[in-house]
Amino acid sequence: MGASQTHSEHKFQDLVDKTGFSLEQIINLHKRFKQLSGNEDTISRENLDSIPALATNPIRKQIIEAFFDKRNQRQDEVGSFHEIGFEQFLMVMSHFRPPTLKTTEEEREVMRREKLRFLFNMHDTDSDGTITLDEYRKVVEELLSKSGAIGLEAAKAIADAAMLEVASTNVPHMEPDEFYEGITFEHFEQILKGLEMESRMHIRFLDVNTTTMHCGK
Amino acid sequence: MAELLGSSSVRSGRASFCLRVVGFVLLLVFAAAASASRDISNGTSKEPNPAREEDPHHRSNTTHHKKAFPVLSFNYEHVRTPFEISLWILLALLMKLGFHIIPRLSHVVPESCLLIFVGLLVGGIIKAIGEKPPILDSTLFFLYLLPPIILDAGYFLPIRPFTENLGTILVFAVVGTLWNAFFIGGMMYAVCQIEGTGLGGVDLLSCLLFGAIISAVDPVAVLAMFEEIHINELLHILVFGESLLNDAVTVVLYHLFEEFAHIGTVTVADAFLGVVCFFVVSLGGILVGAIYGILGAFTSRFTSHTRVIEPLFVFLYSYMAYLSAEVFHLSGIMSLIACGVMMRPYVEANISHKSYTTIKYFLKMWSSVSETLIFIFLGVSTVAGPHSWNWTFVVLTVILCFVSRMLGVVGLTYIINKFRIVKLTKKEQFIVAYGGLRGAIAFSLGFLLTNDKMKDMFLTAIITVIFFTVFVQGMTIKPLVDLLAVKKKKESKRSINEEIHTQFLDHLLTGIEDVCGHYGHHHWKDKLNRFNKAYVKKWLIAGERSTEPQLISFYNKLEMKQAIMLVESGSAAKLPSTLSSVSMQNIQPRAQPRGRIIPRISKGREEEIRKLLRANLQKTRQRLRSYSRHDLMIDPFEDNMSEVRFRKQRVEMERRMSHYLTVPANRQEAPPVRKVRFESDHQVYLADDGDSRAVSGRRATQPNLSSPDAVSLLDESSQRANQRSPDPPRRGPELQESQEEQDQLKLSRCLSDPGPNKDGDEDSSFIS
Repeated sequence: MGASQTHSEHKFQDLVDKTGFSLEQIINLHKRFKQLSGNEDTISRENLDSIPALATNPIRKQIIEAFFDKRNQRQDEVGSFHEIGFEQFLMVMSHFRPPTLKTTEEEREVMRREKLRFLFNMHDTDSDGTITLDEYRKVVEELLSKSGAIGLEAAKAIADAAMLEVASTNVPHMEPDEFYEGITFEHFEQILKGLEMESRMHIRFLDVNTTTMHCGK
Repeated sequence: MAELLGSSSVRSGRASFCLRVVGFVLLLVFAAAASASRDISNGTSKEPNPAREEDPHHRSNTTHHKKAFPVLSFNYEHVRTPFEISLWILLALLMKLGFHIIPRLSHVVPESCLLIFVGLLVGGIIKAIGEKPPILDSTLFFLYLLPPIILDAGYFLPIRPFTENLGTILVFAVVGTLWNAFFIGGMMYAVCQIEGTGLGGVDLLSCLLFGAIISAVDPVAVLAMFEEIHINELLHILVFGESLLNDAVTVVLYHLFEEFAHIGTVTVADAFLGVVCFFVVSLGGILVGAIYGILGAFTSRFTSHTRVIEPLFVFLYSYMAYLSAEVFHLSGIMSLIACGVMMRPYVEANISHKSYTTIKYFLKMWSSVSETLIFIFLGVSTVAGPHSWNWTFVVLTVILCFVSRMLGVVGLTYIINKFRIVKLTKKEQFIVAYGGLRGAIAFSLGFLLTNDKMKDMFLTAIITVIFFTVFVQGMTIKPLVDLLAVKKKKESKRSINEEIHTQFLDHLLTGIEDVCGHYGHHHWKDKLNRFNKAYVKKWLIAGERSTEPQLISFYNKLEMKQAIMLVESGSAAKLPSTLSSVSMQNIQPRAQPRGRIIPRISKGREEEIRKLLRANLQKTRQRLRSYSRHDLMIDPFEDNMSEVRFRKQRVEMERRMSHYLTVPANRQEAPPVRKVRFESDHQVYLADDGDSRAVSGRRATQPNLSSPDAVSLLDESSQRANQRSPDPPRRGPELQESQEEQDQLKLSRCLSDPGPNKDGDEDSSFIS
C-alpha cells in the first residue's frame, strides 16, 4: 500500500500544479470520484445520472454533459468523451475554484474568462462557437422546465427578449437585412460583465481530510 | 455659458439665502410660540386667572348682553401639540431642502453633519431666548422615530448578499459587539482606577454598562453615511447588516448590566442566564417578526378588491411586530427586519403595482423624515442636556472606541477569512472598521439610564463619540474610499440576461455541489427554494401567481416597466435605453419557428410607420372597405399554405418597416393586393401596438396559444379582451384597461370608417 500511495501522491502532485487545487482537496475529490465510479478508474454518464440529488435539478443534462465535453479540458479539442478519468474530472472541477487573496487583477480576468467560457460551452451545444437563438431558447426552456406549460410558452418570449438585448448591446446599429447569427463569446462576455463571475461561480472544496460522506449514494 | 452658470449660481445663492431667512423666521416664530405656550402651561398660577377673568366676564355677560362677538380670537392651546410637531418637521425638511440647493455643500459635508449642526443652532437659539430646548425623548425615539428607518431598511434588504454573507455578519455583530463592550468597559475601569483622574467612583459594572451602550454600531448613522458614498454591495451589506443584527446583543448587555449595576455583583449563573437571554431575545424577536410577516403575507392574498388599503397592511403589521417584540423586551429591530424580509416576496406578488409604489415611497418618505428629525434632535439635545465634561473620560472613550473597533475587525476577519470562500482584503477590512459609526441609539440608551451621578458624564462622552464618528469619520470616508480605490456599487439595472444566468448559475452550482457530494450553501438554498415553491407560495400568494417561476415574474416586471416607460416617454422623444435599430427580425432565422414574434419598436419608428400609413391610406381607402373583419378571420381556418403566406408577408412587412425607417424613401413597391393586406395588417397591428407591449408579458403567461400563431391579430386581441374579464386584476390594471378601451375603439374605427384624417389625428394624439 505504501508504494502505491507514494505513486498516487506523485500523480496528485502533478494535478496540483495543473489544476491549482491543494493536495487535500484532490484527495477528497479522488475519494468522491471513486465513490461515484464504483471504484473504477473512469466515470460514465450513467454514474453521474444516478446521483439522486441531481434528479430535481432542471439543468442536470447540461451539467452532466459538461463533464464529458472536450472543450472544458483546456486543450482546444472538440467533441465529447464517453468516459472520463480522474484528471478530466478534476479539470472540469477546477473551473469552480474561487479566487484567493493573492490572485492578481490579471489572474482574476483570466479566471473570469475561463468561467465564462465554461458557461458558454454549456450553452453552445453544437460547438460552432456561437449561441444561436434555438440554443438559447433551449437554455431558457430547461430552466423553466419544472414549471409546466406556463414555463414553456414564456420561455420563447424570454429567450427572444434576451437575444434582442444581447444584439442591441453589442451591435447597436444593424441594417434591417442583416442577420444576427448568434451570441459569440465576446458578446457573451460583454453581456455578463456586470455579474463578476470570478466571485460568484465557485463552490467550497473541502480541504480537511474528512471520511467519506454518505450523501449522494 | 459661464455667465449663465454664474447667474444661476447667484440665483441659487439668493434662493438659498431666502430659504435661510425663511428658516430663521420660522425658527423665531416657533421659539416664540414655544415660549408663549410654555408660559401658559407652566404657570399654574396663571390658570385660575383666566378662569377668574372669565367668571366676571360670564357674570357680566348675563347682566350686560353688550359684549361684542369676537371676530378674531387666539386659541393656541387647542392646536399646540400638533402645531409644534408639524412645525418641527417642516423646519427639518426645509433645512434638508436648503442643503441641496447650495451646490457644493452636499458633496463635501454629509447630510447628517449638516443636520446636527442645524440642531445645534436651533438649540442655541432656543436657549438664548431663555427656554428649555426639547430633548430627544427616548420614548419618542424608540417608538416613533426609529421604526420607519428600520422598516425601510428591512423591507428593501438585498436578500442575496445578506444570506451569502450571513455568517460573517453574525460574527461581526455578536462577537464584535461583545468584544467592543468588554474591551471598552474593561479599559475604562482600569483607567478609572488610576488615582489622578478623579473617576474613582465609577465602578466596574457602570463601566461595562457604558461600554455596552457605546459599543454598538448604529444603523441610522451607517445608512445615512453609506447612502452617499455608493460603496460596493458586499461592504455595504457587511456594515449595515452588522448594525442591524447587533441590536440583540446591545439589548441583552444593556439590561444585564443595568440590573446588575444596581445589585452590584455578578455571579456565573447570572452570566449564563445572560447568554440564554441573548438567544431568547434574538430568536424570539425573529420569531415574532416572522409570524407577523406571514400574517401580513396571508392578508395580502385577499386584498384584490380593496387595493387602496394594501400598503397599510404592510405598515401596520410591521409596526405591530416591532411593538409586540418591545413588550417582551425582545429585540424590536430584529423583529422588524424579520417581518419585512418574510413578508416581501409574497406581498409583492399579490399587491398591485400602484400599491408597491406607494409602499416604496411612503417608507422612503417616513425614514427620511425620521432620520432628519433624529439628527436635528441630537444637535438640540447636545445644547440642552446637562453636561459634565471630564477630559480624561471623554478623550479616552473616543480613542478606545476607535481602537477597539479596528482591533475587533482585524482580529475577527483573520478568523473569518479561514471560513470564507472569497476573502476580505485589507482595504475592505479598513472600510468596515472605519464605517462603524455610533449614533442616536447610543444616545437614547444613555438617556434611559437612571443613575444621576454618572449619567451626565456618560451622556457627554456618548455625544462626543457620536459627534466624532459622524463628523470626522463621516466626512473623511468618502475621500478615503476614493483614495483606496474601493469598488463602487455597479449602477446598471438588472438585465434579462443577467437574471437568466443568475438562475442558471444557481442550478449549476447546486448540481456541481451534488456531484462533489457535500451539502454546501447552494444545496440548502435550493432545498429552501423548493420547499417555498411547493408549500409556502400556495398559501400566501393569490391565484395563478403562486405557480409563477421567478424568471417569468422578473420578465413580466421588466416588460411592464418598459411599457410604462414607453407610454410615459410619449412625445418627449426620449427613447428608452437602447437606441438601436435591432429588431426581432434581425434575430429570427429565415425559417421561422412557430413562435409568436413580439417586436418591440421604439417611438420614433412608430411615428414613421404611422406617417407612412397615413400617406398610403389615402390611396387605398376603397380597397380597405372590401376587406372586412370576416375576411381576415377566415384566413386561419384555411389550409397551411395561406398561413405560410401570411407569415411570409409579416416577415416582409417587418423588413419593410425597418427598411423604410433607415432608408427614407416614400416608395411603395408592393403590388396593390398585398399592399392592402399589408395596410390592414398595419392597421390591426397599430391598434394592437399600444396594447401589445403592456400585455406581452401577460400574454406569455396565458396558455391559450394553441391556436395557430400567424392569425389575425384582431382575433387575438378580441380573444384577449374577452379573456381579461375573468382574470383577477393584475398589476396596472388601469393602464391596460385604458389601453384596451382605446384599442377596441380604434379597432371599430379602423374597420368601419377608415378615414385617413380621423385616423391620422387619432394616431398622433395617441402618440402624444
